[in-house]
Amino acid sequence: MSSRFSIFHLARNALSGHAGWAKQWRSAEPKPAYDVVIVGGGGHGLATAYYLAKEHGLANVAVLEKGWIGGGNTGRNTTIIRSNYLYDESVRLYDHALKLWEGLSQALNYNVMFSARGVMMLAHNKHDVQSLKRHIYANRLNGVDNEWLTPAEARAFCPPLAINPDARYPVLGAALQRRAGVARHDAVAWGYARAASALGVDIVQNCEVLEIRTDNSGAVERVVTTRGTIRTQKVGVVAAGHTSVVMSRAGLRMPLESFPLQALVSEPVKPVFPCVVMSNTVHAYISQSDKGELVIGAGTDQYVSYSQMGGLHITTHTLEAICELFPMFTRLRMLRNWGGIVDVTPDRSPIIGKTPVQGLYVNCGWGTGGFKATPGSGHVFAHTIANDAPHPINAPFTLERFQTGRLIDEAAAAAVAH
Amino acid sequence: MLLIDCPYCGPRPEIEFRAGGEAHIARPEDPALLDDRRWAEYLFFRTNPKGLHTERWLHAHGCQRWFNALRDTVTDRIQRTYRIGEPRPE
Repeated sequence: MSSRFSIFHLARNALSGHAGWAKQWRSAEPKPAYDVVIVGGGGHGLATAYYLAKEHGLANVAVLEKGWIGGGNTGRNTTIIRSNYLYDESVRLYDHALKLWEGLSQALNYNVMFSARGVMMLAHNKHDVQSLKRHIYANRLNGVDNEWLTPAEARAFCPPLAINPDARYPVLGAALQRRAGVARHDAVAWGYARAASALGVDIVQNCEVLEIRTDNSGAVERVVTTRGTIRTQKVGVVAAGHTSVVMSRAGLRMPLESFPLQALVSEPVKPVFPCVVMSNTVHAYISQSDKGELVIGAGTDQYVSYSQMGGLHITTHTLEAICELFPMFTRLRMLRNWGGIVDVTPDRSPIIGKTPVQGLYVNCGWGTGGFKATPGSGHVFAHTIANDAPHPINAPFTLERFQTGRLIDEAAAAAVAH
Repeated sequence: MLLIDCPYCGPRPEIEFRAGGEAHIARPEDPALLDDRRWAEYLFFRTNPKGLHTERWLHAHGCQRWFNALRDTVTDRIQRTYRIGEPRPE
């Protein structure tokens, strides 16, 4: 197993020609039984397993991943982290995550490259100005930083931004959350996997769950997988776009629809873009990775799909917006584009909690913005599974809210039109 | 971009259409008779299948008529389109 990373550890490996680096986590064979089985080895699932082991003393835990860890939306998103949501419930959840992000590299002893470089959301019309200011005031009442910038201040914060008042969609101002930023998405999966594995969690790849079986009383008893049957009394489903598929294997229907969401990166260039910029109205969001690629997020397709592709007209639309906002990028070449499958709830807020089946828990519905919540999501979901009761932060995010009508309608705060 | 065969206008590019979600979900005859669970089931719960999906489409920038399609959500290939009121294809 790997040892603790430190300057001495780095120096020792550098002087020995980097031949001594050990594998960072164990790829385990499934055992016949576990206390908890997590279905889905993305960031949220691995974080859940880590916090189960770290904070609740449950180390007899397996993470079952159909493909490879971090190969789904964890490895496909645009890595934006922010907590400037409108409603109290959402702010509590996303700011809980943001606070965990701030200390995550130290907590995991793994550099997730969290960079609080600021997320700036642009206003292009009167409605945007009113909506963003409403968010700023709501955020401040909740103790979350968010401030209004004039067009000149927005350009000073992000020099590539065009603020020509004659533009088709002129920049009328911006909301800036300085604590927001980006992180290295793969490192989040690997860091949580390494830390969870070190605490005894089994990470089982190439293991698809085919069936979730219950006993005579209706409680979870075992999961049938492509790598054998595993006995367990607690199953946490964290399967993102495939949640409906996995839950149907326990006989449950979900208030979810899955859509392709696309992103793309440019060829790498020197540092030119200091922050994250998002625009709901012209629909574009962009940042620059430490490798130098511009990371650009496009929208969802309009139809349910599991194809991990999506239409080219969606990305074209976003690139047109990027070129208008940042004319210096018009001659930049795009390197590659891809799609991930996002599970969207009717109110655009996640579902984190219990289900009608005893021992079956679900963490889903993150839609187009789940990456930012990874540490907080895993933290409160682990609490929910360990105690068979929600953490106060995720208590409002129940599956029952679609029956009671107590929705958390965050469509306005989500950056992606859907 | 999908090429969608409108039953009234023939094949047209997807940007002329608006997706309308899962098809064959009948509005309950008397909503007041339903309990919360069944009303939520009607309003919010969806099959969301990985495979064949029956779905509604509106030819918004064409004939402006609604119709249904049977599409594979893995390949996005539309197997057939049919008019509202026709039964779900087997």
